[in-house]
Amino acid sequence: MFEGISTQLLFGQLLLGLINGSFYAMLSMGLAIIFGLMNVVNFTHGAQYMLGAFVAWLLLNHLGLGYWYSLILAPIVVAGFGMVMERLLLRPLQNLDHLYGLLATYAVALIVEGLARYQYGSTGLPYENPISGGVNLGFMFLPYYRLWVVVFSIVTCIVTWLLIEHTKLGAYLRAANENPRIVETFGINVPKMMTLTYGFGVGLAALSGVLAAPIYQVSPSMGSSLMIVVFAVVVIGGMGSIMGAAVTGYMLGIIEGLTKVIYPEAASVVIFLFMIVALYLRPAGMFASKESV
Amino acid sequence: MQRVLFLTIVAAFAIAAPFFFYSVTLMTIMCFVVFACSFNLLLGYTGLLCFGHAMFFGGAAYVTGYVLQSTPLSTELAILAGGAAAGLLGAVIGYLTMKRQGIQFAMITLAFSQFIYFIFLQAPFTGGEDGMQAIPRNDLFGVIDISSNLTFYYVVLAITALCVFIYYRVVHSPYGEVLKAVRDNQPRVESLGFDPEKIKLVAFIISAAMAGIAGGMKATVYQFATLTDASWPVSGEVILMTLLGGLGTLTGPVFGAAIIILLNDYLAGFGEWALISQGVILLVVIVFFRRGFVGELSALKRSFLRRKTGSAGSGTPAAEAIKARS
Amino acid sequence: MNSLAEARPVAAQAMLKVKSLSAWYAESKVLHGMTFDVREGELLTLIGRNGAGKTTTLRSIMGIVRKRTGSINFSGQELIGKRTFEIARLGIGYCPEERAIFSSLSVRENLFLPPVLREGGLSDEALYATFPNLKARAGSQGTKLSGGEQQMLAIARILRTGSRLVLLDEPSEGLAPVVVKEIGEIIHGLKAQGFTIVLVEQNLRFARQVADRHVVVENGKVVDILTNEELSADMGRIKTYLGV
Repeated sequence: MFEGISTQLLFGQLLLGLINGSFYAMLSMGLAIIFGLMNVVNFTHGAQYMLGAFVAWLLLNHLGLGYWYSLILAPIVVAGFGMVMERLLLRPLQNLDHLYGLLATYAVALIVEGLARYQYGSTGLPYENPISGGVNLGFMFLPYYRLWVVVFSIVTCIVTWLLIEHTKLGAYLRAANENPRIVETFGINVPKMMTLTYGFGVGLAALSGVLAAPIYQVSPSMGSSLMIVVFAVVVIGGMGSIMGAAVTGYMLGIIEGLTKVIYPEAASVVIFLFMIVALYLRPAGMFASKESV
Repeated sequence: MQRVLFLTIVAAFAIAAPFFFYSVTLMTIMCFVVFACSFNLLLGYTGLLCFGHAMFFGGAAYVTGYVLQSTPLSTELAILAGGAAAGLLGAVIGYLTMKRQGIQFAMITLAFSQFIYFIFLQAPFTGGEDGMQAIPRNDLFGVIDISSNLTFYYVVLAITALCVFIYYRVVHSPYGEVLKAVRDNQPRVESLGFDPEKIKLVAFIISAAMAGIAGGMKATVYQFATLTDASWPVSGEVILMTLLGGLGTLTGPVFGAAIIILLNDYLAGFGEWALISQGVILLVVIVFFRRGFVGELSALKRSFLRRKTGSAGSGTPAAEAIKARS
Repeated sequence: MNSLAEARPVAAQAMLKVKSLSAWYAESKVLHGMTFDVREGELLTLIGRNGAGKTTTLRSIMGIVRKRTGSINFSGQELIGKRTFEIARLGIGYCPEERAIFSSLSVRENLFLPPVLREGGLSDEALYATFPNLKARAGSQGTKLSGGEQQMLAIARILRTGSRLVLLDEPSEGLAPVVVKEIGEIIHGLKAQGFTIVLVEQNLRFARQVADRHVVVENGKVVDILTNEELSADMGRIKTYLGV
């Protein structure tokens, strides 16, 4: 099967797959966290990812603040925007059918992307690679920045997972996922928790955006093309499962990469094929912890 | 009596319309009216949120276009073929997904539609990014020349009227009542001995076929079929139209489709503002006018009537209206 | 309606004063002007048939049922209008009918989840002394416990927080008589330690073993208030309410 395929090509695609997987993992983790607690599918996620990249670009081009500042500032700024959105828009809709929260986030995505496109056009804006150069491993050339992205994303996923599974705060979150009303009777400010959790998920998206800027360039549509895949990842992994989202994200990124090598035409559909098959075999999602309605 | 009068006025308006307004815009509105009706049947009456309805719309457009290009089949049969193909696709996808509910169902249908989208992108017969161009308008019934937009308008009008009539009949039939029951309380329906999955599957197929007819019509109106017709923004647009018009109302889809198409037309030259305003409208509808255009008007009418007849309510009409709003 | 319980000079202060409480689930009115007091240190039961409105009363106190009129006064603070977590922080603990043990948390995590809100709660040692099986099963998944153990866990986690008023909703429901006896003993112990308890119960026998006073609820209204002695003296009166 691998005859005639150069190792360069194979490992090159694998690395690409791993990178895509890194973004799939981080984005779907954020989505899963938000969905787990609030039962809202955050359609604005892609736009918030894009905003992260844009804030990084703006910080660089208007305030002269480079990549490393953006890595911290951009998620905070976008998370702030997200929390305002949650407080003003999502919280009032909480008691209604979850369809409305979902559509509300979709509406915000339309507006944000539209405004971005209006202001900056459809073509991408360049963002300079902060860690240029790379190392030649013989069977492939490994750019430093790509290595940074993969390592950083894995660390982020692990840290997030540890936060949720092994801290008090995480216990509050896991309990509130199951029964927010009762958790509130313990004196825990659950509404505030929801706002902060939404902010955290959005922050993760924005962080991904900053990471993406040097690789994919900064463009208004960078989010929407990615999000459909991310949704598939979350559905496969199980909609409330944090770990499932991350693992599935990496896995699918690699599968996509491999498919590009073996059978390029199927690369764009392989993820959806995978989703269809996986759902048939494991209806609640591969790592499902929460049966969503 | 009132209804007959109302219908007569509508019919008169519809027949006279192309002499006052641009016929292509009118025909586009009608295509989307049928599309929105099909979606309302699924979401408003059955409670199923399908995120990828464009796959039926766009897919049928391709099928109809292909039939018209490659065979001498008459236009109305080609449109029917498009509807049938969409219905078949609906049957397959519906069969695979009917066990899911709510958000999961929505996500899976989204994924399916993306899957289909990418297939269309790569399949040679669709023309990929260029689309399927120069679709001929084969003679109606094999004999009537419909190349003029004015003539074709009446064909589209007839098909639309038929589809809306079918939509109306389905909704007001015993089957329609069962659909609403499934939407409101599926376990209850099951306990009464019905099979909700089968019921939903039938609704899904009908909805897909109707969306397909809409797509087939659009292909013949514009005489080309593009990838955009099967893309996610179109799925989003029909959701907006249905919500704007009023979920679960009969005439809602008509208003929703008309308003959005006219808005798109008006803002066509202004680039991004079409999408931005769609987002704003969606937001406003969700937060303030959840019952949609038609829904809010009916509620207004009801509270007005109550005030006029002074019937016993548990509070002022304003309080009633507020209480009735959920 | 005016029983001896009301006529006697008030020995203990009223900790919770419910006055003309009405409540709605969406459009339907479920509580109709309920009025009763809970005195410090006593154990008051809400008894009545299924669907009488007892659980709704507890949920109204906690603010889970939002649409309310009337007044709920806890140690001088008006509860109507406050958010659930604010009410909890004033010192009211709630043990719901469904127990609500979290499946994604271990027994220990479940036990220590509610934050300590004020002093006076049971220390960890006292907690494990009262509920030894919780210590033994600390690492298990919360929902792997038996029904009785889950009930103990639900009660135990409230006791840590320092709540002075504890609302217990049908703790004996669905449990074997042996376990019910254990729970009764635990409740007695809590009373001895000075907790004020409002208990919702359908099991009259259990209620009589622990209660000081009973509030009889029917169709969302208070139809009678009696002391435990009055109840024993005139069981017939109650039986009509409970349809026994």
